[in-house]
Amino acid sequence: MDLSAFITEVGAAGPVVPVGGGTHWTPVGDGRRVRAPDGIVSYEPAEMVVRVGAGTTVAALDEALAAAGQMVPLDPADPQRATVGGVLAAGGSGLRRLRYGPVRDTLLEARYVSAEGRLVKAGGPVVKNVSGFDLCRLLVGSRGTLGVLAEVVLRVQPRPRVTRWLMGAGDPLAARRRLFRPSSILWDGEMTWVLLEGDAVDVAAEAGALGAGFVDVQGPPALPPHPWSLRPSDLRDLSPRVSTGTVPVETRVGGARFVAEVGIGTVHREDPQPPRPIDPLHQKVKDLFDPTNRLNPGVRVA
Amino acid sequence: MTQLADLLADLAAALDAKRVHADPLELTLYARDASVIEGQAGVVVFPTTTEEVQAVVRVARAHGRPITPRGSGTGLSGGAVPLDDAVVVVTTRMDRILEVDEEDRVAWVQPGVLNLDLSRAVAHLGLHFAPDPSSQQSCSVGGNVANNSGGPHCLAYGVTSAHVLAVEVVLPDGSLTLLGGLDADPAGYDLRGAFVGSEGTMGIATRIAVRLTPIPPDVRTLLADFPTVEGAAAAVTGIIAAGIVPAALEMMDAEITRAVEAYVHAGFPTDAAAVLLVEVDGMTGGVDAAAAAVQEVCGANGARHVRIAQDMAERALLWKGRKSAFGAIARIAPNYYLHDAVVPRTKLVEVLNQVYEIAARHQLVMMNVFHAGDGNLHPLIVFDRRVEGVMERVHHAGAEIMEVCVAAGGVLSGEHGIGLEKRDFMGLIFSPDDLDAQARLRDAFDPEGMCNPRKVLPAGSRCGDLQQVPEGAWI
Repeated sequence: MDLSAFITEVGAAGPVVPVGGGTHWTPVGDGRRVRAPDGIVSYEPAEMVVRVGAGTTVAALDEALAAAGQMVPLDPADPQRATVGGVLAAGGSGLRRLRYGPVRDTLLEARYVSAEGRLVKAGGPVVKNVSGFDLCRLLVGSRGTLGVLAEVVLRVQPRPRVTRWLMGAGDPLAARRRLFRPSSILWDGEMTWVLLEGDAVDVAAEAGALGAGFVDVQGPPALPPHPWSLRPSDLRDLSPRVSTGTVPVETRVGGARFVAEVGIGTVHREDPQPPRPIDPLHQKVKDLFDPTNRLNPGVRVA
Repeated sequence: MTQLADLLADLAAALDAKRVHADPLELTLYARDASVIEGQAGVVVFPTTTEEVQAVVRVARAHGRPITPRGSGTGLSGGAVPLDDAVVVVTTRMDRILEVDEEDRVAWVQPGVLNLDLSRAVAHLGLHFAPDPSSQQSCSVGGNVANNSGGPHCLAYGVTSAHVLAVEVVLPDGSLTLLGGLDADPAGYDLRGAFVGSEGTMGIATRIAVRLTPIPPDVRTLLADFPTVEGAAAAVTGIIAAGIVPAALEMMDAEITRAVEAYVHAGFPTDAAAVLLVEVDGMTGGVDAAAAAVQEVCGANGARHVRIAQDMAERALLWKGRKSAFGAIARIAPNYYLHDAVVPRTKLVEVLNQVYEIAARHQLVMMNVFHAGDGNLHPLIVFDRRVEGVMERVHHAGAEIMEVCVAAGGVLSGEHGIGLEKRDFMGLIFSPDDLDAQARLRDAFDPEGMCNPRKVLPAGSRCGDLQQVPEGAWI
């Protein structure tokens, strides 16, 4: 499907439900299901940006970039099914956020279909841009409730030359202090996993700094399904051994399994995080962008 | 006049009368920022607390006066230039670092804290605030937030938005809200991201939580000397294509290199057509590999010489040359007009040639010193505003430069913002529908349009009143 057919499909009236790979949530409401165009639109490796249809799978994007030794570290759990637009709309960052930053810093330009059925451009196709207000960051994590992503320009990165996952029983906070630029540090209350990437000499040096207790492993542990958003230092309260008791009871894990992203504050748990209070300003934004509440109705962001 | 007297009385009641200024000299000073645009200030106030900012905003609102937030006034696009006798709210006295959390690598600061002061204050922890505009000795963190400021090292580290976690904002109705948060993914829309770069049109930041970044353990600074601009530009593309993301990748053309050398005596080659200042940082292994690759790419693209700073003193000297460019040009002519646009990296040479041609056609002296690594051009026109008709030529050249950058697939501004300077050029890159979406975002924060009105978005972006460039203003 091309862009103009997609604009027509979203249209200007009636509820619409944007769908991607269906890896993150089950659509709610009975609106018309719409799926964004897929495919690489343009890619110039020396520019380190790529323009893709929002319906492109993350695996297809990765394959196109790998040929030039580049990548976009979106890192969804199921890249064969997850779409670029879906990852951006869901707003969840991958496990390598410690090194590459949150997913919101990846989107340079977005073309989306507005509630009025118009194609709107946010941002621009270059790596640095402060021309006008930053609608791109507003769209990331908006779950299709402000506009339906159609085509996006993403910042790409060089693919690391070396990648190593290590695991050990060490203190995750100590590991973080010892390492300069780890890609990920995970902790399940007992074991610590560390992802090191980059130059071979650096990776070897960082692995050495971790100490003898760490051994190479295939990859990260399986993640429980529900990410909770906490402060990085709340990690201390996840472990009964070092609990300071400063965190409200409902944010503690109790006996259930968890995997915490050290230095980030995301904690993957078996139970979902309860809804958090939001300033009415968020609803004002929603009402101005979607006055008739036709974009993914029933999905709550504000 | 009694209206003004009433306003002054109410502001004096809201904060100490000594921090409410309305004498003509001061109003003249605060009618400008570092751009070439002049506006008209009604009153200038210097709050010291969030509560005082709220009180000022409420008083201004009650009197039907717009407000214009202002940090250090180093902005280059007229964002802090007051229009319509606005109440100028200066944040320079809100200059305290409130809290530094070493473990979470976060600092809470007031908006008037100077960029470099923040980095100095946390250096003993091995941390720094990564955005480093060339004005970092004098620009404020609040101003950085308003403009989503960049700097040479944003190539690898990202611009201000990537380093702001939360902002406490006094909204245009005087209420207080917190955008973003210290947790991984704050609830709701990313209004923090929307506020950063909003150029004072969505409220006034009164407390900012910034991310602190570890100071890299190793760094290598190289100065490569090229006989042609084309060779230097090809080296830029080659470095990026080799999979290296340098911490900084700056280009200086022949004119600015000579001016800088005469000013700082750093040993810059005065016969080079262009020099590249390249910095790679990180751990030693990667730094060594990247520095070697940079040398190789520069050599392959015709560099005559690549100098590697041997110690921190030499590195500081090379950077002093880069960051003193504006001091250096003051010796050539009293005024300058600094442009800011971004083009795709692969179009650098083509656009630079057009930019030189524009300057020549308008008989203007032009130099280029810019962030080549991210395609962020900074054509610098040097002139004497007392010369009859020169401003008109500067203005025309500026507009033409924007047009060639946009035609090459670029954007209007990479780090200085739109402000007043480029407001009426927004239509070059945005359709009416695009501008309408931006206007809606602004309406959510400031439905009455009283916070830094008539900035960023051109007239009629959203069923707005017709706007004119203010009388007496010259852009």
